[in-house]
Amino acid sequence: MLPESGLSFAASFAPALLDPARSTPDVVTGPSGKAANRRYDVYRNNVTVSLIDALAAIYPAVQRITGTDFFRAMARFHVRSDPPTSPLLFEYGRDFPEFIAQYEHARTMPWLADVARIERAWLDAYHATDAVPLSPARLSAVTAGRLADLVFIPHPAARCLRSDYAAVTIFAANRDDAPVMRIDASTPEDALITRGEFDVTVRRLPPGGAVFADHLMSGRPLGEAAAAALEAASEFDIAASIAGLIEAGAFTSLCCGDPS
Amino acid sequence: MSTVFKPVRPAAMPLRFATPIGGVAGTSFKPEHLPAILEGGPRRGFFEVHAENYMGAGGPPHRALETIRRDHPLSLHGVCMSIGGPRPLDKAHLARFRSLVARYQPALVSEHLAWSTHETSFFNDLLPLPYTEATLACVCDHIDQVQEAIRRPLLLENPSTYVAFRESSMRETDFIRAIAERTGCGLLLDVNNVFVSATNQGYAALDYLADFPLSRVGEIHLAGHAEQADDEGDLLLIDSHDGPVADAVWKLYEIVVRRRGAVPTLIEWDSKIPDWPVLQAEAAAAQAILDRHQSTAMAGDRHAA
Repeated sequence: MLPESGLSFAASFAPALLDPARSTPDVVTGPSGKAANRRYDVYRNNVTVSLIDALAAIYPAVQRITGTDFFRAMARFHVRSDPPTSPLLFEYGRDFPEFIAQYEHARTMPWLADVARIERAWLDAYHATDAVPLSPARLSAVTAGRLADLVFIPHPAARCLRSDYAAVTIFAANRDDAPVMRIDASTPEDALITRGEFDVTVRRLPPGGAVFADHLMSGRPLGEAAAAALEAASEFDIAASIAGLIEAGAFTSLCCGDPS
Repeated sequence: MSTVFKPVRPAAMPLRFATPIGGVAGTSFKPEHLPAILEGGPRRGFFEVHAENYMGAGGPPHRALETIRRDHPLSLHGVCMSIGGPRPLDKAHLARFRSLVARYQPALVSEHLAWSTHETSFFNDLLPLPYTEATLACVCDHIDQVQEAIRRPLLLENPSTYVAFRESSMRETDFIRAIAERTGCGLLLDVNNVFVSATNQGYAALDYLADFPLSRVGEIHLAGHAEQADDEGDLLLIDSHDGPVADAVWKLYEIVVRRRGAVPTLIEWDSKIPDWPVLQAEAAAAQAILDRHQSTAMAGDRHAA
């Protein structure tokens, strides 16, 4: 769609904002015939720096791990190739973990993309719809014979992520300024991200826990979820795991049988 | 008979909530200040938030804003509506803005004479527009839509600019006055923006203020700026919101308040955010100026009505 006549200014002004190879748009000028290059550069700088800052605010652990200069160089590539499509900056950067996974200079840190995925899920949980988490008493009230058919309604903030690396430990160690001990990155870890009564928390799930949580959060009954978890990890503890998920605030309610 | 021109609206729509907050100084609300603010208890003053930061579904941001709103008037300041852009307004964004107004019942609602989205890209900056009959009609149409959605007048903020458009055929003050007359909107006068733009565009800030329709001003913004240089090595001011208000801007502010009377005034501080007492002290300085001119506020309001 062509803009109405007299309204082509944005189409002239915008393309060079994120493309340093383009010259200053000739629709703009300085006052009294002055040049507009450094003046236009103020806009280029505002756009690029503020969007890099937005990624730094969403991915603070990634920035701490890589260092600021590395992070900002990496983020600059991403900002230029994939600028936001929504005016809500907390929605930005969903493609950044995948960008990190493909980023040539981050190949020595194969776990970095998974740390970024946890940070992105953390922010989604932070802004998710408010809901009262399921009370543990609700499960205690269910008779043993009906347990296998129980179906749980996930909390809007609850998310589960799996990693081939120690992504949860690395995430937790880098979300603040405390000194980081040596971490064996090769231990696979799965993350449960929830927002209980107040704040977002990230927990490490036991072996089989992610299979279990994924089944329950997609509406599969407890018996089926437990069987799948036991198949994934023979040492899986059903009672402790369901209690842990409820205590973390992963669900809002439960019902017997198919909720539909 | 030609119907090309929009009819001039007789007057601004009345405020739904007839509780003008008067000549009170406020500050940007930053969540990191919440504990210090609560410790101080309810106080005179209002808080302004960027609407987009509260457009998530739930969670801690809304909890903090509800807490602040319980004891203080709120100013809702939109940053991303792209009122000055040529594209149709984003209907989903307008709906989010409308629901925030309905939920938090702000005393003041404002947006910018600027744009930030083009095609599918959001640039996260307040970008400039040429001042022509074509852009004037487009901006007025956008403001009509916003005011219909929120069912009250919007305060439109004058921009800080670094470039001029070759095609501009109107002065900024004439452009803004025409918008206010055609749409019935109020104005948010950012005195720092006036100082920044005057320096960058080579005109006198006092001339700009003399031409500005002060009777339409329902809120004032004050903020800090930074200094750079243009291509010729001359001073280029950057609207950085990262420090205290400059002395020259305080002087302009006092001139505005003397003429307009006391209107709600915000200290804007969005980057390198200081501790709460520093921000509070800056607001107290604005309040002292407002208090010297409280008696003229009524005359100004009558004039505006």
